Amino acid sequence: MGVVQGDQMVLNIGPQHPSTHGVLRLEVTTDGEIVSKITPHLGYLHRCFEKHAENVTYEQVIPFTDRCDYLASMNSNFGYVVAMEELMDIEISERVQYIRVIMAELNRIASHLLALGVYGLDIGAFTPFLYMLRDRERILDIFEYTCGARLLYNYMWIGGVSHDLPKDFVKICVEFLDYFEPQIEEYNNLLTFNKIFIERTADVGVIPAEVAVSYGVSGPNLRGSGVKWDVRKDEPYSIYDRFDFDIPTGSGEFGTLGDCFDRYWVRMLEVTQSVRIIRQALKDLPGGDVFETMPKKIRPPVGSVYRRTESPRGDLGYYIVSDGTPSPTRVKMRSPAFTALSCLDEVSSGWMISDVLAILGSLDIVLGEIDR
Amino acid sequence: MTPEQIKERISDQFKNSVITNESLGEHQVEINGEDWLNIATFMKNDPKLSFDQLECITGIDTGEEGPLQTHYNFHSMEHRHKIEVVISHDRKDPKVSSIEQVWRIGDWFERETYDMFGIEYTGHRDLRRILCPDDWEGWPLRKDYEGQESFHGIVVPKIKEEEGWE
Amino acid sequence: MTVDYLIELFSKLFDSPFISFILAVSIAGIPLFVLMALNATVAVYVERKVSAFMMDRIGPMGQGPGLHAGPWGVLQTIADAVKLLIKEDTIPSSADKLLFKVAPFIIFIGAFLGIAVLPFSSVIQVVDINIGVFYIIAVGSVGVHGIVMAGWASNNKWSLYGAMRSAAQIISYEIPAGLSIIIPIMMTGTMNLQSMIEFQSGSIWGILPNWIIFNNPFSFLAFFIFFISAVAETNRTPFDIPEAESELVAGWMTEYSGFRWAVFFLSEYANMFVVSGLAAAGFLGGWLSPIPGLFNSPIWGLFWFFSKIIFLIFVMMWFRWTFPRLRVDQLMHVCWKVFIPIAMLNIFGVGIWKLIIG
Repeated sequence: MGVVQGDQMVLNIGPQHPSTHGVLRLEVTTDGEIVSKITPHLGYLHRCFEKHAENVTYEQVIPFTDRCDYLASMNSNFGYVVAMEELMDIEISERVQYIRVIMAELNRIASHLLALGVYGLDIGAFTPFLYMLRDRERILDIFEYTCGARLLYNYMWIGGVSHDLPKDFVKICVEFLDYFEPQIEEYNNLLTFNKIFIERTADVGVIPAEVAVSYGVSGPNLRGSGVKWDVRKDEPYSIYDRFDFDIPTGSGEFGTLGDCFDRYWVRMLEVTQSVRIIRQALKDLPGGDVFETMPKKIRPPVGSVYRRTESPRGDLGYYIVSDGTPSPTRVKMRSPAFTALSCLDEVSSGWMISDVLAILGSLDIVLGEIDR
Repeated sequence: MTPEQIKERISDQFKNSVITNESLGEHQVEINGEDWLNIATFMKNDPKLSFDQLECITGIDTGEEGPLQTHYNFHSMEHRHKIEVVISHDRKDPKVSSIEQVWRIGDWFERETYDMFGIEYTGHRDLRRILCPDDWEGWPLRKDYEGQESFHGIVVPKIKEEEGWE
Repeated sequence: MTVDYLIELFSKLFDSPFISFILAVSIAGIPLFVLMALNATVAVYVERKVSAFMMDRIGPMGQGPGLHAGPWGVLQTIADAVKLLIKEDTIPSSADKLLFKVAPFIIFIGAFLGIAVLPFSSVIQVVDINIGVFYIIAVGSVGVHGIVMAGWASNNKWSLYGAMRSAAQIISYEIPAGLSIIIPIMMTGTMNLQSMIEFQSGSIWGILPNWIIFNNPFSFLAFFIFFISAVAETNRTPFDIPEAESELVAGWMTEYSGFRWAVFFLSEYANMFVVSGLAAAGFLGGWLSPIPGLFNSPIWGLFWFFSKIIFLIFVMMWFRWTFPRLRVDQLMHVCWKVFIPIAMLNIFGVGIWKLIIG
């Protein structure tokens, strides 16, 4: 537009930047304020998880998986133990199954609260961030009460869990859920339906459904584009097929289908669905011993397995190759944030720099998972 | 479709592409890597197979005597079936054609496997390292990897050998 | 006590008019400077406490009067000020040194000049000039020079982005602000701030004070247009895209640290003070009391003026912690396509109202 063609400017966003959700360097080529190309540079947080996993035993891999996606550690653990139990063909006791589902869903709520709060912070709204973090602290208090850790739990072990639930866990959890459900109204009033927020996020960063599937985008990002795919319903693992919950998808309410607002809205609705699941699980929680189905020695048969589970960011997959020794030959973690970040270049060309940060925030990436 | 039917359909279309390998599981099929791009395009576009999701690409080093392998996990959202494709590479010169034009996520997955194992994906438009720095030497996840002594003047620590698992 | 009064006083004591002029101006300037400094300290403390309470936190605590732990945290601001003063003064090596050093003071001068004509009370005003409103609007644009200088001199792409955005924003939002401040000028027939306030004395129907904001619906709307444009001119959220923390680190202020940054901060709060003062004088009756007829002595007048300003500053802080920020093109859209037509409509409406109803 216009007669004067200026030079393109190359900007660096990161590696230290308040909005890149970790150490990520985005090399942005812009023409004025409009972005023409983005090249992400990764690897600042690469800690050689896969190489370490080849040198330790199967149980010792579990704390490593915690540290990959540090905002949803329970779900990372869950993915690994589900894959291992499929490889070793172990039956798990009922109590352990219910405990795992409760913990995974609580962690999903905590992770989504952080994602939504930080997204508001990126857009410029400072207060919802603090409200959501205040409620997330209560979830972390529940986790600390159960297993002693606030953020990195090492809780789900192969065949069981590391600590049994404390005696009044059900009462505390129900108290928290009763306090939490009306808070969602407050967040919606303050941020979601705010006209300025809708202007910043509707119609911005549209990911069409075919592009999303081709780029391997999954989880709330894919559901925001209208594709109704959730591993918990479509390839059920653990006991998710016993619970009654919906899969929210984006509907283009305030703009195009698949824009940033849809992804934000899907996460908000998923929080309500997780509350539903937890309530059902708490009601049916059976008694029993959590350590009875834990094998004494972990020596899986020779073979390999690839199993995916639903983490708050999408399809988390583990590819585990075993050769009969107590230590794995190869553990590969297929992280959902890696695939979400790969589509950033295509989705954000033609938008402005403020929009790039809005799109990056709506993809909800965690660099620990991308770099491993 | 069951994995058997999928393997049959692929070998019907492309003669001599499916290699029998006893050590693989039922859900895995080993394919000759020479015509890989055409096979992959067929797997995506054929209405009966319709593999629209490339879930994961894993590189595997099967040990000193064995080859390097690339494992591709595919899934079809329409038919809800899965298959795992294994392609073996010669250790001295591991190469196979790239499928990043067919499934766009192949771009970054192949870059990661190249970074860790040194398998070259011919036809990839931008094959460079993704997790390690651009001027790193060696292929880290290979079993015979020896780290470089220093990187830009910083001493690189080595992995210590474990002695037994008990 | 105005400068004119001081000049008269000193010319009785000294022969040379030049010396008495210099003395009068310096002596009148000192309370202004003290006021600016006090305003910054109090405003920073209030902002931190207000934001904390809105975010369900507590804010700075301890250091109560008497230096023991308590729920006040009053000395925190003093600690911050001392820290800023003793910080190392770093200038990036490739920055333009002269512009880098001069820029903060230009913004400071713009804000300082604006405070000089605010009518604090019927007898307390530093300078009482005939074109008060026009002068404030004109002098308020001096700040843009400082911002662009700061962004350019830092030799940093991010600062440049911030400075460009800020310049575009301030220059654009001067127009609806200027158009809206014409309403009080039209209705009172004068640009002199004291006369404008005196015109607003009395009451409507015996209960409501005769302030311009209550006079007719168009001036009511004009107040809001003016206030929001003023928030945009001072670069506060929701218009703080030039200093957007999450995008540009700190925008055009990125490379400034220590005392220079303190001067920027001081100028931002002084700017808020000036525009709130202008809004209070033009629309809300200045030093007149809200209960018509009562509490109208000069000391009460000082109290009412300060409370109105404090209330408006509180509303600005409230905005900051509630709303997300607008993107640059949305900001421009709001200014040019929404505010300016409404402001022009207001002028037209007020003219017709005056003609028909009088």
